[in-house]
Amino acid sequence: MRAGVQLWLGVLLTGAVMLAAAVSFIWTPYDVTQLAIAAKLQSPGPDYLLGTDHLGRDMVSMLMVGARTSIAVALVAVGIGITLGVPLGLWAAATRGSLTDEIVMRGNDVIFAFPSLVIAILITAVFGPSAINAIIAIGIFNIPVFARVARGAALSLWTREFVLAARVAGKRGARISAEHILPNIANLLIVQGTIQFSLGILAEAGLSYVGLGTQPPTPSWGRMLADAQTFFYGTPRVAVLPGLAIVLMVLGLNLMGDGLRDALDPRLRKTVQ
Amino acid sequence: MSGLQAQGLNLRIGETPILKDVSLDIAPGQILGLVGESGSGKSMTALAVMQLLPGGSICDGTVSLDGDDLTTLTEAQMCDRRGCDVSMIFQEPMTALNPVQTIGFQIAETVTIHGGSRAEGAARARDLLARVGLAQIPLDRYPHELSGGQRQRVCIALAIALHPKLLIADEPTTALDVTTQAQILDLLKQIVTEEGMAMLFITHDLAVVAGLADEVAVMKDGAVVEHGPTAQLFARMQHPYTRALFAASRHQPQRQIQAAPQPLLTIQNATRTYRLPRPHLFAKPDALEAVSDVSFSLHRGESLGLVGGSGCGKSTLTRAILGLEPLQGGKIQLDGQSISPDMPPDVRGRMQVVFQDPYGSFNPRHRVRRILTEPFHLQGSPTGLEARIAEALTSVGLSPQDADKFPHAFSGGQRQRIAIARALITRPDLIVLDEAVSALDVSVRAQVLDLLADLQGQLKLSYLFISHDLTVVRAITDRVLVMAAGKIVEEGPTERVFADPQHSYTRALLAAAPKLPEAAA
Amino acid sequence: MIRYAASRLLSLVLSLVAASVVIFALVEVVPGDPAAFMLGLNASPETVAALRAELGLSGSVVSRYLGWIGGMVQGDFGTSYTYRVPVSELILQRIWVSVPLAGYALILSTVIALPIGILSAARRGRPVDYGIMGFTQLGIAVPNFWFAMLLVLLFAITLQLVPAGGFPGWEAGFWAGMTALTLPAIALALPQASILARVMRSALIETLGQDYMRTARAKGLSEGQAICRHGLRNALIPVLTIIGLQFSFLLAGAIIIENVFFLPGLGRLIFQGITQRDLIVVESVTMLLVFAVITVTFLVDIAYAAVDPRLRRR
Repeated sequence: MRAGVQLWLGVLLTGAVMLAAAVSFIWTPYDVTQLAIAAKLQSPGPDYLLGTDHLGRDMVSMLMVGARTSIAVALVAVGIGITLGVPLGLWAAATRGSLTDEIVMRGNDVIFAFPSLVIAILITAVFGPSAINAIIAIGIFNIPVFARVARGAALSLWTREFVLAARVAGKRGARISAEHILPNIANLLIVQGTIQFSLGILAEAGLSYVGLGTQPPTPSWGRMLADAQTFFYGTPRVAVLPGLAIVLMVLGLNLMGDGLRDALDPRLRKTVQ
Repeated sequence: MSGLQAQGLNLRIGETPILKDVSLDIAPGQILGLVGESGSGKSMTALAVMQLLPGGSICDGTVSLDGDDLTTLTEAQMCDRRGCDVSMIFQEPMTALNPVQTIGFQIAETVTIHGGSRAEGAARARDLLARVGLAQIPLDRYPHELSGGQRQRVCIALAIALHPKLLIADEPTTALDVTTQAQILDLLKQIVTEEGMAMLFITHDLAVVAGLADEVAVMKDGAVVEHGPTAQLFARMQHPYTRALFAASRHQPQRQIQAAPQPLLTIQNATRTYRLPRPHLFAKPDALEAVSDVSFSLHRGESLGLVGGSGCGKSTLTRAILGLEPLQGGKIQLDGQSISPDMPPDVRGRMQVVFQDPYGSFNPRHRVRRILTEPFHLQGSPTGLEARIAEALTSVGLSPQDADKFPHAFSGGQRQRIAIARALITRPDLIVLDEAVSALDVSVRAQVLDLLADLQGQLKLSYLFISHDLTVVRAITDRVLVMAAGKIVEEGPTERVFADPQHSYTRALLAAAPKLPEAAA
Repeated sequence: MIRYAASRLLSLVLSLVAASVVIFALVEVVPGDPAAFMLGLNASPETVAALRAELGLSGSVVSRYLGWIGGMVQGDFGTSYTYRVPVSELILQRIWVSVPLAGYALILSTVIALPIGILSAARRGRPVDYGIMGFTQLGIAVPNFWFAMLLVLLFAITLQLVPAGGFPGWEAGFWAGMTALTLPAIALALPQASILARVMRSALIETLGQDYMRTARAKGLSEGQAICRHGLRNALIPVLTIIGLQFSFLLAGAIIIENVFFLPGLGRLIFQGITQRDLIVVESVTMLLVFAVITVTFLVDIAYAAVDPRLRRR
C-alpha cells in the first residue's frame, strides 16, 4: 500500500522532470542562448514566470534545459556502470573463489576506497572541465557499485538448485549467467540503477557547481547554482530554484527506487510488515 | 491445577484461521508430543502459549500455567514469565544464538534478566553447561566455534536456567544428524524427569514422539484430531488421519528387483580435495579432503543408496558423479565412458539429477516447458519435442497442459514431480536422487516414493539415492553404501546392512534412528 | 585476529599503491608537456625547460614515480609552482580546517542519525517511523552545498547570527573556530545523517527477524531489551561500513562546502591549484585525501573484528 504510494509519487516527480527536459528540445518559453542584460534579475511575473537570472535568461527555460544536461550526464554515467560493472560482477560470481574473482573484487575494493568526488575532481582538473569528463568521472565510480551488487546477488543464486540443474545439463558460466542469473537479479539492478541515477544528479551538480562539470554556456542545475553564488544574498530565488529542481528529481528517483524495491522483492515486503 | 492447560485456542491472522479450538494438557514431568505436517499449526500453538504471536494475530481461549491464565497478563508481566516459568527452544541451532555474544553471556542473561546478579548468572551458566553435557566448553566461546549439536545444548541450557514449569521444544532436532538427535532427545528426556517440568515437544516425525513422549496429540489443519497416551494412541489410531500419517511414515513402495549383473556406473579410487578460501590474497589455500579413495559400482537397473551424516562427503561425491567438479584422483565411468566436467553431451544426457528443495530447483522466471527442456541444452532438441514433454509430464502424474505454467503454480510435491519429469526427458539410464524426498511431508513423500518405484520398473532406470534418512533408504534401495569422513565404511544389500550392521558407525547410526512402533493389529 | 589485521593491512597497502599509480598516471597523461601545460600557452621555451628541471621531469617514468612516492613518505610533497613554497607547508596550514570540519560533520551526523534510526526501527510502521523516513528521504535528496547556501541565507544574511563565511583561525580561540565551522558542518552532516539513519533502521529491522531475537524474547527480554542487547550490536556491522564510507564523502563534500563558506581548507587549495595549473599541489593533496580515506576504511575493517567475533578467528 505504502510502497505503491511511494512508487507512484516517485514516478510522478521523475516523470514530470523528464517531460520538461524532453519538451525543452522542441520548445522553451525563451531562448536560453539569448542574453538580455537589460532584463537581468527580473522578479517572477507574467513575462517571466519564475523571473530571470543575472544575464536576463528566463529561469523556466534555464531549468528545463538544465534538466536535460543533468539527466543526460547522470544517465550515461549509470549506463557506464551497468555495462561494465554488471558483466564484471557476473564473471566474478561465475568463477567464485578463483584468482579472477579475487582480482576483480580487490580491484573493486580499491576503486571503492577512493574518495570518488576527489578523483572526479582530479580527472576533470587534468583533462579539463567538461560535461564529458564529468560523465566519465562519475561513471567510473558506478562500475564497482554495480559489480558488487551483481556479484553479491549472483553468488547466492549460484548455490540454488536450479543453477545446479543447469550445470548438470552442461551449461557453462556465461550461458547460466545470462539465462538464469541476470533475469533474477534484474530487480536489484534496476533499484540500484535509480539510486546511482540520483547520486549522479547530485555529483554532476557538485562538479558543475565548482566549475569542473558542464561548461558555459550550456545550462545545468549545478552550473546555475554556481552562477547564483554571487547573487543569491540579494536574490535568493536564483539559488533556491535550481536547488529545488535537484531536490525534486533526486527525491523522485529515490522514492521510485524504494517503491520498486518493495514492489519487486517480496522478501523485503515481508520484513517491513 | 499444575502443569499446562490450554483451552479452546482459536487463532486468526488477518482473515485466515490458523488454529481451531486447540486444547492441550501437560502434567509436570510429562512430555506431550505435538505431531503434524507443515502448515498444521503446531508451531503457532507454541507461539500462542508463549504469547509471542506475530502482529495481526487474533487469539482467544485460555493458556493456564500452574493455574495462572497467561492470556490475561500484560506484555510486561509476560516478559517476567518467559524464561522463568515458560521457556522455548527452536529448530535452527545455527541461527538461534546471537553470533556476536559469548555463550556464557547468553546463558547468564536468562538469570540476569530475571533479577539475578552477574556473578549468579556466570556461576549458573557454568553449572548449566555441565548439566547439558558441555562441561569442557569455556563460557567465553562464541556460537560459531561450536557444532550444531553443541549449540542446541547451549539453547537448552539457557532455556532451563531458571527451572521453568514448561519447556516448549519446536522441532529441536530436525536440523541435526541422527546420532546428535538421539543424544539431544536423551538429554531432554532426562531434564524433564529430573526437573519435573512439563514439555511440549513439536515435531513432524512420528517415530521421534513414539520413543519420547508420554502423550501424543496429532494436528491437522489447525485442529487436534487425535490425542492420547502414546502407547494407546499408536495401538488404536482412531482418526483416519493418524492412520494415514502412520502408514505414510513407514511406507514401503512396491518394487521389483531388477538389478542386472553388469555395472552401469563405476567409481574407482575417487579422491576430491577442496581448497578452503584463501585467508588473504597471497596465502596458500588450505585443503580439505572431502572424498578419499572411494570405490563402488552401481549396476544397471539397480537402486543404490548412499547414506551418511552431514559433512561425510556424500554431497561432494555427488557433484563429482554429476560431472560438476573434477576429481583429484581416481576415475568415474558411466557405461565405460569417462565422467568429468568436459564429458561429451551424449554421456551427460544419460544421467540426470533430482535435487532436494522443490522450491529452489527451478528458475522462477521460466515456464515448465523451458525447465523440462533444459537437459537438451548440449544435445539439441530432439524431433517430437512436444510429445516428449507431454510424455514426461504424464509419466509423473501431471498433465501436458502444465507445461505452460510457472513453477510457483504448483505445490511442493508437484514441483518434485516436475523435477523428476525434467530428469526423465532425456530418457537417461541413471537418475541421481540427491535428498530428493527429504524436504517433503510424509504423505507427499510416500506418493513420490511410489512414483519413483513405478518409474524404475517401467523404464528400467538405475537410481543412486543419496540421503541422510535411513527409513527412506531402506524403503527404496536394493543395496546401500554407508559413508563417514570421506570414506565408504560399509557396503551391502540393504536388508542385510539394516538387519546386521558390521561397521561400528553403521551400528551407531541405526541405533540412533528413532523407530516407529509395530503397526497396530 | 592478527591474520585478519594483516590481511586488511595488505589490502590497505595495495589500495594505496593502486591509488598512487592512478593519480600519478593521470597527471602523467596530461596532454603534452606538464611543464608547458602548467605554464600555459604563452610560456617561453626557456621557462618551460627550467620548470621541467625543477619538477624533476627528466628521467624515466618509474624513477619519477619512485621519487614522488619516496618524497611523500619522508613528508616532502614537492614545491608548489605558484606559491614557491613546499607543498607540505601549504597542506599543514589548510589541514587544520578540513579535518576538523569533516570530523565535526561526522560526529554530528552519527549523533543525530543513530538514535533516530533506532527509534524508527523500534516504532516501525507507526507514524513516528513514517515521519522520520519521509524526512530522511528529503535529507538525502538535498545537495549539501545548496543546503549550505540556504543556511547562509537564513542564519547569516536574514538572522545575522553567524558570519556568512571565512575562518578566523584557531588562534582566535576554539569557540570562534567552532562557530565558523558550525554551519558548514551542519550542511555536510544533514544528507549523511539521513543516509545513516536509514541504514541504522534497516539493519536493525533486519536483525529483528533473526532467530536469536526470538530466543531472546523466549528468555523473557522485552522487545526493547532484545533490540538493545542483541539487535544493536549485530546491526552495527553495516552501520560501521557506512560511517567509514561517509568519511570519504565528507572529505569530498568538505572540498565543495569550503567554497560556499570561503574556508581556507584543502578544498580551496585544490581549486586554487587547478585554476593556477599547479599540478604538484593537486596531485599531492589528492594523494593525501586518498590516504586519509583508505586509512579510515582500514580502521573500519579493524572495528568490524571488535564487533564481530567471527572475523577475529580468520
